[in-house]
Amino acid sequence: MSLLELKNISKIYGELHALDNVSLSVDKGEWIAIMGPSGSGKSTMMNIIGCMDKPTTGQVIFDGRDISRDSRRKLTEFHRDKIGLVFQQFHLINYLNAVENVMVAQYYHSMPDEKEALAALERVGLKDRAKHLPGQLSGGEQQRVCIARALINSPELILADEPTGNLDEANENIVLDIFRQLHKEGTSLVVVTHDPEVGEVAQRIVRLEHGKIVSDKKNDSFSDTLKGEKKNEKKNEKKKN
Amino acid sequence: MFLRMLRGAFRRQWKKLLMIALTVALGASIATAMLNVMLDVGDKINEELKAYGSNITVIPRSEAVMDKLYEADGEDDKKDDSRNREYLEEKTLEELLTIFWANNITDFSPLSSFSVTVNGESAELMGTWFDHHLEFVKKGTTYQRDTGIINLRSWWDIDEGEWLDEARLSGDKYAMVGKELAGKLGIKAGDTVKAKGSAAEEELSVIGIYSSGDDDDEKIYTTLSAAQRLSGTEGMYMKAEVSAITSPDDELAVKAAKDPSLLSGDEYDLWYCTAYVSSICFQIQEAIPEASAQAVRQIADSEGKILEKTELLMSLITLMSLIGAALGISNLVTSGVMERSAELALLKAVGAKNSQITGLVLTEIMFTAAAGAVGGYFMGYAFAQIIGQTVFSSSVEMSGMVAFIVAVLIIGVTILGSIPAIRMILRLRPSEVLHGGH
Repeated sequence: MSLLELKNISKIYGELHALDNVSLSVDKGEWIAIMGPSGSGKSTMMNIIGCMDKPTTGQVIFDGRDISRDSRRKLTEFHRDKIGLVFQQFHLINYLNAVENVMVAQYYHSMPDEKEALAALERVGLKDRAKHLPGQLSGGEQQRVCIARALINSPELILADEPTGNLDEANENIVLDIFRQLHKEGTSLVVVTHDPEVGEVAQRIVRLEHGKIVSDKKNDSFSDTLKGEKKNEKKNEKKKN
Repeated sequence: MFLRMLRGAFRRQWKKLLMIALTVALGASIATAMLNVMLDVGDKINEELKAYGSNITVIPRSEAVMDKLYEADGEDDKKDDSRNREYLEEKTLEELLTIFWANNITDFSPLSSFSVTVNGESAELMGTWFDHHLEFVKKGTTYQRDTGIINLRSWWDIDEGEWLDEARLSGDKYAMVGKELAGKLGIKAGDTVKAKGSAAEEELSVIGIYSSGDDDDEKIYTTLSAAQRLSGTEGMYMKAEVSAITSPDDELAVKAAKDPSLLSGDEYDLWYCTAYVSSICFQIQEAIPEASAQAVRQIADSEGKILEKTELLMSLITLMSLIGAALGISNLVTSGVMERSAELALLKAVGAKNSQITGLVLTEIMFTAAAGAVGGYFMGYAFAQIIGQTVFSSSVEMSGMVAFIVAVLIIGVTILGSIPAIRMILRLRPSEVLHGGH
């Protein structure tokens, strides 16, 4: 069943067609990677999916509701309730500690609850770093706080913009494992990336060029198996042999 | 959470907020000082102008009529010598202490002028109170006042000897001689002069030689009682000079000065109970029906004009300081919002409404402005006292109303100064700030 549908979306800035008659459907529980070179329209698409921008033409249907002509205020409420955002640069508030950064999203959604926020941090393996300020956390840890913040209001869709763009390989793996875990639990994921390694772990890969979708195909090598689990599987295979 | 964010924001950007507080403090201090001085300046200018002498003259009513006639005939110069003068009874001076505005009358003194010969040379002799102790009982109330021309001629310089102090000296046969007359007749302090009037001759001890810089330098001043004996006008005086603290004239005072009977009941009550020079004159005439009390217009008008100009100047300084504060706040808050654009965009991205973000930023600024305003108020108090001591040699009374006005002005200026930053917050797009281009 379709969670999100983009129907003939265009976004035009003067002469520039950032998105040109794009149509895309995301099913519930699906993990999609949107890939493409710089200037291909990835961020524009992400802004429209994330209700942070409106298309010039076309329809955005989220969970059966056309939101493409909603007011900014309604869009804000909508994305607050339905979408969790993960940014390349984490965008944590540097004078609030990790748990407070998670609680900010609760505060503007409903009511801040420290226990729930700590549980979200535990989910990304950072409960013991809850009282640390962003400056006291590594890049990978900051990104995990960002993911915990995106998860705290139980969104229907996690929208990640280059989530591993600022991370080393070890932290990239940790973040991708969290995504695998979320996908296993039924969370829908849209990951915008230009990194083939990140794109290739998704269930479906959509490629954009010059504002148009040039390919949209299932990833045959997709696996929900976590890196750690894979290592264990390999060890078990070796033992058997 | 709101408080945590607020506390965090204060901790993180304390330098910027301190600058905002200082800007507000500066604006508030100038506004406080100027408004307080402005409210107090009327009394201060009154006190200053007291140094220039009396602002009310009391003369016999018939003299006032004659003066008008002579003025109408263009024969003003002849009035002193060509006709018989009328007098008021010395006892009528007591009435000045019984009128509604008696406490506003700071000094008064009778004056009688006669032609006499001093050591054989003709001269003008003035009889007056120098520092007279007046005490009487009326309707069971004791009134007393030390008054005389010592305070009404504060610009006199005593070249030789000292002021004639009636309380210290026994008897009344004393005089002070003007510098010109003393020079002409070779009189020195401590000399005795022979004064011969139309009714008697007296020997007067010269207590002091003064220079006034005006016609008084050619006169001899003696006690009123001695002058009365010399001229045969015992118990009488020719005119009285009165110095009173008055409110500057406004439209009501101008209307009343023409004819108080033209005023409506309410206007009359307001005018009568305000210390306008015209209402004080009116009350003096009520108390001394045979007298005419007239305002010395140069003094009364100067008060109004100086006050008007001073208030205008201070209003402009206040306005300029507040505009300066608003511009300063505007720059600081706008640059603060620019620096925090990622943070504020993030709040929008996690679902904060424009009103919530604006509320957060405005709360930070308002708390800061409040701290600045409190500091500024006390700085303004100090400035007001400095201005009071420097310009008027007295302290400036602080008004509670000014605190309220300054609070309202600072709130207005802070909101006004925050408008560009609020507009920036409203225009802030998370899509542009958090992701960059397209």
